[in-house]
Amino acid sequence: MSVRTRTLPADMDFKADLARRQRRGRLWQAFFFMSIGVGILALVALLGSVIDEVIGYRAVAYQVDPLTLTGGRPLEDLSDDELLAVLNDNMTLARQRVMIRDRVLNTQVTGVTLTQTPMRQLLAGKAFPEATADRLLPELTQDEISQILALNLGRDGILDLINDEIVGVEVLQSWTLSESLFQRGAIEATVAEKYPGARLEFGSWLTLDFLTRPMSSTPAQAGIRTALLGTLWLMVITIAVAFPIGVGAAIYLEEYAGDTRLNRIVETNIRNLAGVPSIIYGLLGLAVFVRALSDITGGRSVLAAGLTMALLVLPVIIINAQEAIRAVPSSLREASYGLGATQWQTIWNTVLPAAMPGILTGTILASSRAIGETAPLIVVGASTLIFLDPTGPTSMFTALPIQIYDWTKRPDPQFRDIAAATIVVLLAILLSLNAFAIILRQRFKKKLQG
Amino acid sequence: MSANGSSAYAIEIKNLTVYYGSKLAVEGVSMPIYSRKITAFIGPSGCGKSTVLRSINRMNDLIPSARVEGEIYYRGQNLYGQQVDPVEVRRRIGMVFQKPNPFPKSIYENVAYGPRLLGVRKKSQLDDIVETSLKQAALWDEVKTDLKKSGLALSGGQQQRLCIARALAVEPEVILMDEPASALDPISTHSIEELMKSLVRNYTIIIVTHNMQQAQRVSDYTAFFSIRKSEDTYAEKRWGVLVEYDTTEAIFQRPKMQETEDYIGGRFG
Repeated sequence: MSVRTRTLPADMDFKADLARRQRRGRLWQAFFFMSIGVGILALVALLGSVIDEVIGYRAVAYQVDPLTLTGGRPLEDLSDDELLAVLNDNMTLARQRVMIRDRVLNTQVTGVTLTQTPMRQLLAGKAFPEATADRLLPELTQDEISQILALNLGRDGILDLINDEIVGVEVLQSWTLSESLFQRGAIEATVAEKYPGARLEFGSWLTLDFLTRPMSSTPAQAGIRTALLGTLWLMVITIAVAFPIGVGAAIYLEEYAGDTRLNRIVETNIRNLAGVPSIIYGLLGLAVFVRALSDITGGRSVLAAGLTMALLVLPVIIINAQEAIRAVPSSLREASYGLGATQWQTIWNTVLPAAMPGILTGTILASSRAIGETAPLIVVGASTLIFLDPTGPTSMFTALPIQIYDWTKRPDPQFRDIAAATIVVLLAILLSLNAFAIILRQRFKKKLQG
Repeated sequence: MSANGSSAYAIEIKNLTVYYGSKLAVEGVSMPIYSRKITAFIGPSGCGKSTVLRSINRMNDLIPSARVEGEIYYRGQNLYGQQVDPVEVRRRIGMVFQKPNPFPKSIYENVAYGPRLLGVRKKSQLDDIVETSLKQAALWDEVKTDLKKSGLALSGGQQQRLCIARALAVEPEVILMDEPASALDPISTHSIEELMKSLVRNYTIIIVTHNMQQAQRVSDYTAFFSIRKSEDTYAEKRWGVLVEYDTTEAIFQRPKMQETEDYIGGRFG
């Protein structure tokens, strides 16, 4: 070994240089800290602006004062027959027929079915006067229809019906939370001046009622039940289709496929598909599931949309499942093979259980992406104004993001308030899904490590 | 039974050559493995002793690029014959790995894994197999009260004995051990060695080890592998060969080859 000669410059001042190096590090650290700060600020601003819309003062008035309907007596004090009389006096025959569909049947039936089926079949399983059994809906009198309503809805149902359809609560104007907190006086003055007779209520648009009411064209009476159910249906179909196919593809790619040029091309393409804009999947879904396969999917149905969503999340599920399968230590595979397991036995008994936490997490995260997707749903034709719950895969449907999208572009500012309330619901669902993913992962981890 | 007509042989390796891709890993190994004896494979890193071991139960088939030439006879049948299914080979010739690798399942499920693969479903039968195997692996007394506990919750030495019990549960005739004690402390190592000595009454054991004292302590026969090099134009090529194979006593007391003597004397390389 030769003695090392000096190679660093002799005049180098290490101490001065050290301070400079440390300073540079601190500068970067400050920059990274700021990045986090900007992210948190953006999140707070988002939540703040949403909640600002949801809660606040509202000027509320009846469209029709209930006392004028009954000659001064409260609705609750009327007898059953008097209630039906109010109903018959104030509601058109056509509207009552619609009520049969929306409140008694509560399913999606075509106009033809509704008008050309005798009551016996149309109302199978429901109550109806014997005299109407063989007649069609257009042939019934107002009295007969209101009787059918009373038989099926009961007194409370009729009261709700009168309140919703005839009395009608109307929100004349609403204010944001910040306005309500800081400009209370001005709000009260406005109400007194512009809306004499209206009540000023402090409240939230997001109530239990809002979650359970069906759609309506008046914001104060609109609810998101149909959209919630639509989203639920969509999720179930999406996961039911995408999970088995995605995991299956991942197993094939990781465990069976050799390292051939073709397989590498397939894998690269799956990765690229994960980045394809969602509207393009929507167009694909429109062409394939809505148009070409309309006999099976029923056209613009929740099934067609669910299949489209399944295509959308499939690449993400495949990639996540592949990563999870790849992360299973090869020592476990060897242990299984070493005991005389076949390839399938090794995959089923060892690889999949060990990869499951990762696969499930990936699937849940992918489906939470699907929940928020709007563009493909618009393209495959989700309805925006739909009063009836989806009852099966071929039902028409709406979904939460569609409602938000539709409501935010309406001119009436109150629609923006209920859109904000819907956003809160959607965010809550997303957060709980993600929390569920975390819990699931921890559970599995604990179980695996004992 | 075997081609040589000697029933003392459990396995006969004939002119075994293994490639990984185009790279030669080990060349021209021929040796018999004596039945119900412990045979140790020793040699420096990269000499191909693990490769030979993993060829015996066709574990190398799991590596797509691996290519095996030559024959390995087990009960007179070439394990690399056309009609032989590696799955069956691995059931008959069990394996214990360098790092303890219990499944992330309960102790019971770890041992029952193999029998379940073979189609044993009856609970009473499985209970029986689990108890027998754990007793054979000298682990029963330590775990019999909590068989539901995860195999990963055991200590390293216990885990390795669990892996041995797991291998025994499918009733192999030969057990291959790839440095089974190298990740363990001296006390656990001792218990594994004692276990091997008790198992050899019923099983043929082949062990790869870097620890020459261990080879001396436990084995009846020792095979010394070493490395051959060739200066290629572009890169140095290295592959393993079998240098000497004899009783353990002969290898350590009076080796025939200078290379063996250098290695066991610590004058290697």
